[in-house]
Amino acid sequence: MTDPVLDVRGLAYAYPDGHQALFGVDLHVHHGERVALLGPNGAGKTTLVLHLNGILTPGAGTVEVSGLPVRPENLREVRRRVGVVFQDPDDQLFMPTVRADVEFGPANLGLRGAELERRVVSSLERVGMSDYVDRPPHHLSFGQRRRVAVATVLAMEPEILVLDEPSSNLDPASRRELADIIRSLDVTVLMVTHDLPYAYELCPRSVVLSDGVVVADGPTREVLVDDALMKAHRLELPFGFDPRTVPAP
Amino acid sequence: MHLLPAHTKIAALLCFVLVVVATPAQATWAFAVYAALLVVAVRASGVPFGYMGRRMVVEVPFVLFAVLMPFVAAGPRVHWGPLSLSEPGLLGARGLLVKGTLGVVASLLLASTTEPSDVVAGLDRLRLPHQLVEIMSFMVRYLEVVTGELARMKVARESRGFRPRSLGSWPVLASTAGALFIRSYERGERIHLAMVSRGYTGRLPVAHPLSASVAQWRLAATVPAAALVTFLVAVSR
Repeated sequence: MTDPVLDVRGLAYAYPDGHQALFGVDLHVHHGERVALLGPNGAGKTTLVLHLNGILTPGAGTVEVSGLPVRPENLREVRRRVGVVFQDPDDQLFMPTVRADVEFGPANLGLRGAELERRVVSSLERVGMSDYVDRPPHHLSFGQRRRVAVATVLAMEPEILVLDEPSSNLDPASRRELADIIRSLDVTVLMVTHDLPYAYELCPRSVVLSDGVVVADGPTREVLVDDALMKAHRLELPFGFDPRTVPAP
Repeated sequence: MHLLPAHTKIAALLCFVLVVVATPAQATWAFAVYAALLVVAVRASGVPFGYMGRRMVVEVPFVLFAVLMPFVAAGPRVHWGPLSLSEPGLLGARGLLVKGTLGVVASLLLASTTEPSDVVAGLDRLRLPHQLVEIMSFMVRYLEVVTGELARMKVARESRGFRPRSLGSWPVLASTAGALFIRSYERGERIHLAMVSRGYTGRLPVAHPLSASVAQWRLAATVPAAALVTFLVAVSR
């Protein structure tokens, strides 16, 4: 296999208040993969995500993005390569119009004029929101805002898209629309989620993080049917959902 | 007028208001000219007069203050029916009302022909310090989010039987305000994270610098220029 897009080795981190969140995490994601990052609340998933684009600095271990180490001098390029879509679109969409918001990332990279416009048009097209380019974000529905949030990150043409709880608070139709969009993107995806059916539907591979370490890494179906593993790490399938009886996606 | 770049309109508004404020209160006819200029401008903008009228309520506190002035000001007094009014107070009240109304109408005209976000962009173009511009732009963006949160907290309070009726309910209202502050502060931190993740380094990028042609500046300058001429005639007499 080629160089991993995401290469995390022995990552450990303690918050300034002394609370240790990660105890030596190893994670490799290769080009074109869609990987689900599963784990109970407080497992360290968000802490891990904040290391991927250099918001937090590892206490020990290293993070590399397509061979580029995450270090202060590389932050600009790292943040272009790793696109993080946060959970609440109201946090992600802070500019007065959809256009200004989608422009924000690429404009920070120094793009202007026709190339900037091309990025805006193509990323909104990919999430099916082209008609809303001049609308203020707060006039959109929640599902639409989530899609625009994805577009704001796509506009930076990242090598890996990190989605934090992409299906949370979405109604079933918006949830399916977002799934269709994620499937249609030609980009590596790391998806942090509690929504196990969603992980099964979209991600062939799953990684389980629990108490700051990776406790499982394998095909999503195998992870989800491992009852002992699931039980040990507070993971539960929703009522009525059984990967054994659901046809493979 | 909707199409003029925001910064030309802001500059025009500022000049117009300065001229109005500088005009001596005795020059009654000059104020009539200013008012006529505004009427023409409003008509040209296509904003309905009724729409402007309804928004004039923002002036009410100033009107109240102006109405009080003749009663509380010192100086020689005139008697009008059972009332004893201060002469300088009357003059002051008239000046305040006239100048205030002209200023409010001119500002409303800007507000009704310009999107809030464009006003912010215009101020940025006029070199207002970028920190202030950014604070304003976030205010414009998040006003609805925060008021939405406040409304949900109100519904949640009332769903549990809370009725704010006496002084005793103030602690509850205060803790609502406190909770809202903490939530907004935490939201601010999350927004900052999202900004940094997309390459923010302390300054919002200006993707589309505003620019105005000479013709647009000239058009925007019409009203303040006419007002300035009126002012010069008024002070030279």
